[in-house]
This record gives sequence, C-alpha cells and structure tokens, in this order.
Amino acid sequence: MSAPLDLPRWADTVLVPAISVVAAFLVAGLVVLAIGENPLTATRWLLQGSLGTGEGLGFTLFYMTDFIFVGLAVAVAYHAGLFNIGGEGQATLAGLGIALVLNNLTFLPGFLLIPLGILGAAAFGALWAAIPGYLQAKRGSHIVITTIMFNWLASVLIVYLLVNVLREPQSMNPETRAFPEQSYIPFMHDVFAAVGIEIPNSQLNLTLVLALAAAYFVWLLIYRSRLGYAIRVVGSNPSAAVYAGISPARIIIIAMVISGALAGGLAVNELMGYQHRLLLEFTSGYGFVGIAVALMGRAHPVGIILASLLFGILYQGGAELAFEQPAITRDMVVVIGGIIILFAGALDGLFRRLVAHLFARQKLARA
Amino acid sequence: MDLGILVTIFDSALRLSIPLLAACLAGLWSERSGVVDIGLEGKMLVAAFAGAAGAYAFGSAWAGLLIGIAASVAIGLVHGFASISQRGNQIVSGVAINMLAAGLTAIVGNAWYGQGGRTPPLEGDQRFGSVLFGHSALVYIVLLAVPITWFVLGRTRFGLRLRAVGENPAAVDTAGISVTKLRYTAVIIAGVLCGFAGAYLSVGQAAGFLPNMTAGRGFIALAALIFAKWRAWPALGACFLFGLLDASANQLQGLSLPGIGEVPVQAIQAMPYLMTVILLAGVIGKAIPPRASGVPYVKER
Repeated sequence: MSAPLDLPRWADTVLVPAISVVAAFLVAGLVVLAIGENPLTATRWLLQGSLGTGEGLGFTLFYMTDFIFVGLAVAVAYHAGLFNIGGEGQATLAGLGIALVLNNLTFLPGFLLIPLGILGAAAFGALWAAIPGYLQAKRGSHIVITTIMFNWLASVLIVYLLVNVLREPQSMNPETRAFPEQSYIPFMHDVFAAVGIEIPNSQLNLTLVLALAAAYFVWLLIYRSRLGYAIRVVGSNPSAAVYAGISPARIIIIAMVISGALAGGLAVNELMGYQHRLLLEFTSGYGFVGIAVALMGRAHPVGIILASLLFGILYQGGAELAFEQPAITRDMVVVIGGIIILFAGALDGLFRRLVAHLFARQKLARA
Repeated sequence: MDLGILVTIFDSALRLSIPLLAACLAGLWSERSGVVDIGLEGKMLVAAFAGAAGAYAFGSAWAGLLIGIAASVAIGLVHGFASISQRGNQIVSGVAINMLAAGLTAIVGNAWYGQGGRTPPLEGDQRFGSVLFGHSALVYIVLLAVPITWFVLGRTRFGLRLRAVGENPAAVDTAGISVTKLRYTAVIIAGVLCGFAGAYLSVGQAAGFLPNMTAGRGFIALAALIFAKWRAWPALGACFLFGLLDASANQLQGLSLPGIGEVPVQAIQAMPYLMTVILLAGVIGKAIPPRASGVPYVKER
C-alpha cells in the first residue's frame, strides 16, 4: 500500500478533490433523504436561491469574499507546514482593530480612513496569529492547540470589551456605535450605479476586489517569490531548510503573520462592507469553513477561489432553501462543510488510492 | 464567605467538572495510544443529542445513556477509520467531526422534534436522579473511571501495550502485537467516555438537549488533558480546578474582592485557555505529549 501513487498532475489537482466533493454531496443527499426531504428539489432551491437571481448572486459573491480570505489564511500557513485553525479568533481581533481605528479617527476623510481600517484589521489579525506562531517557533508549543485556545481567548476578550468598554452607553446591545459613514466600503450596486449600470441591491461590496487581489498576492508570494519558496521548503522539510540557510523559526512566524492578516479580511468584508459596527459573533464560524475551502482548493489560490464560490453558493442557497423547506436548516451547510473536510482532508488517501488504482489498471490494459 | 457558600461552590464545581473529566479521560485514552483527538467536543455533542433523544423515546435515562454512548462510539470510529486505517491527518479529521456533530445534531433535532433543534423536555425516569449526596449515578461512575484508567494504563499488560503504541508503535509491532487493534480499542474507549460526558449534560445536568450545548467543554477538556500531562489523577485535579473556576465565576459575578476590585467574569472564563497556553510555552513546567501521537503508523517501513 505504501508504494508511491503515480498520478498525472491533473488527476491529483483536479480529479481527486472533485471526487471527494461529489462524494460529500452524495452523503449530504443521504442526510436530506434521511430527514424525509427530497434532495433533488433541495438542490434546485439551492441553485435557484444562490445563482438564479441577481440579488441571490450578489449575496453568494458576498459570502465568497469571506471564504476567499479565510481559505487563503489557512493555505499560507499550510504551505509552511502549519495548521492554523485560529481563523475565527484572528478575524475577531481584526474586527476589534477595525473598530478602534475607525471610531477613533472619525475626522479623517474616507480615502485615508478605509485603507487605515483595512491595515488595522490586518495588523490585529496578524498579531493574534503571531503569538501562536512565535510560541510554536521558539517554544515548541503545538500550533493547533494554541490557535484553538486563542480562538476561545478572543471570544472571551471581545465579549468583555463589547459589554464593558466599547459599548455605546445608551445601547442595550453589546456592539460599538456605528462607524463614521465615510469609512464604509462602497456597495457594489452603488459602484455600478455610479457608472450608470443598474444591478440588484445586496451586501456585496468592493471587498471582493480586495479578496481577488489578495488571492493574486498569495499566488505571487507562494509560487513566485523567494519568501514563498522558503515557506514551502520549511513546510515540506524543515531540516533541509536549515541546510539551505533558511531559519524555520523565522519563516513560521512570518507565515503566521501573513495568515492572520489574511484572516482579517473576513472582518473587513463583514464589518466595513456590511455591518458598519463591531458586534459579537460576526465571524459565524466562517474561520472553520476556511479549512474546508483550503483543503478543497489544494491550498492553491485558484482552487481556493473556486471552493469559495462553491461555499458561497451553499451559504446563500442554504438560506433560501431553509426558507422553502424549513426542515433543511442552514446547519446543512455546516454538515456539508464537515463532510468535505473529512473527505478532502482526512480521507484524501482513500480517493487517491482509488484513482491511482484505476490509472494503473488502464496502463496495464494498454500495455 | 461562610461555610455555606464554600459548600455550594464545591458542589457546583463537582457538577461542572464531571463532563470535563469524562471527556478529558476520553482524550487521555485516545492520545496515549497515539491518536490525537480534537473531536472530543463533537463526540460529546452527538452523545448529548442521542442520549436525550434515546431517553425521551424509551422513557429511561439509562437507555438514553446507552444510545448516547453508541452514537459517540460510532462517530469515534469514523475518526478511527480516517486516522488509523486511512492514515489521514488526525487534526483535520477532528475538525471535520466537530463540524459534522454541530450540523447533524441541529438538523436531525429540528427534523424530528421541530423545536429549533431542541429535544422535548425530559422528566421523571427520563433523567438521572440523585442517588447519593444529591449527585446522580453518572457522577460516581465518571469519578470511578479515574482510578480505573490509572490502574489499567499503569498496571496491566493491556495498558502498558496501549501506552507503548503511543510512544513507539514500531516496537510494539515487532513484538507481534497489532498496532491497529490497540488504537481502535483506545478510540472506542474514548467514544464510551465521551458518551458519558454528553449524556451527563443532556440527561443528567439539564433536562433535554439544546443546540450546541457542549459550548466548548470539549476544548476545555483538551486543555485539562494537556494540563494533566496525559495522566489520570492529575486529570481529575485539572478538571476539578477548571470546574471550580467555572463555579466561582458564577458566584463572583458582580462581587467586589478586597484589594482587587470587581473581577470580570470573562477574566475567570479565560483562565483555562490562558493557563494552557502558558503551560505549553514551557514557562512553568513542560507538557510533553506521547511521542507518537498524531503520527499514523505505517507497517511496512
């Protein structure tokens, strides 16, 4: 069984993930059947709700923006051989960074305030990832455990700050006052309206462009830069890295800083693009979806964009579906996410062996 | 503070530490055999749901417990299959288990009972009543699991082999003992213990299942496991300490301590996580996991 699995590149990067996704959907279909609903009607509502209308598509792309950021965050750490499951906490802290910048610099014009807000998000997200990175690099604490603990620390911290410190005095809700209006990232429908094109209103905003730019940046970084090469060397063989004069400790910290900054993009999209205030639980578990996205997308930016689109469809379509068939709540999306992580991540070998076996038989038949 | 309050705090600390302890021991068995388990939370949640549903369906708390254990073991075996047979990434599998559990319990609960994912309230024999000092039988069973775990892992042939598999599986394999079988056994024992933890939450402590009712206890149990350095008696201590923190957070709410002032509840809630991070950083002592934990065993090497 441990013989090397010879697979053509396209099979490895496209076929195997595709098979695991199809398998995940088959299992999800069985769950839908088990609770007495029709999976085909459910699929129709799902697609109709996410892609069938202009408004639905807008929401799909809004969720996609979130998932691109968290997916890239997981991927960059993954290339360095690190498993960053702290996306939730890093995005939460990024939200804090945004609120501190925007609500303290209200006098600045938008063209300064928006970039500063984004920088605040990146800096706070990076900081919250840098500590576990430092502890892994210098003290050997396992990054998985520390990032889990940092997720919980972040959620406790944000509750404390929103309830006791940052809350608006008159408000009963644990949330900050609204950000200054010039700091709102423009909605896509407003941008299009400005050039005379009418598109349906949705939460979709210009952060999508930032997300795509981030994906391009990550591609450049990982596959076209000296630093990215160092990250990949550390990820695949830390002792070889030492011989090549690369310091694994330094690379680990840098990779985590970039990863945390990327996770901050989730907060930019949700808070600066849509909510316009800092509130509790705005991350909604998307940090964990990022793991599914990164695994499915093979930690490659193009794969991540496609996987994010799929999860965008699932989240938006799932919301519409829950409306049409109340028995299938949005938790279904969480189930699908879980199955995809299981299949594309942990049971990956199962499908690879299957495909490799088929290819080997084909080769024999031809010979 | 008079004696009455201390007794109340001790009592509620014990109550709060029982699910942590069961889950912590589950993690101990699994990780001592070399299978990293961050899916404790998910297994507990599934057991809590299946336990409450079973107790409701059969009108008996014990039936609920058995069904909860069965469900938890089933999910545990998925993790076992991925990490032992398929040699997949154990962390990834654990994350998947946690997501699956959160989604499935909510969906199935909603489809079956139509109460937003809750099970109908349990009453009478459907719940574990108190048998001694106001605590249910589950409390004593879980407490008993501590000496049993200590004895089996430290003093029996099976236990020593199981620990050896977590340290050096190749050596165990050379001796002609099946690594796979031992690890599966450990995963099943972990499933049973998580079953107790989950059933305690929904059938013992509360009267029914609530969506996401484990609320991170699986991760606190994980923290306690690291804190206890993967040993049974210290696990009891760590879980009781975290239970005590939880109980005193409830008591200290809004109270002003002399010299410190009002302690925010969140500061106490953060303690288990913070202490684990500090311990892992090696500032005070050092927590070293079983050597082969997280590493799939490849026989033919």
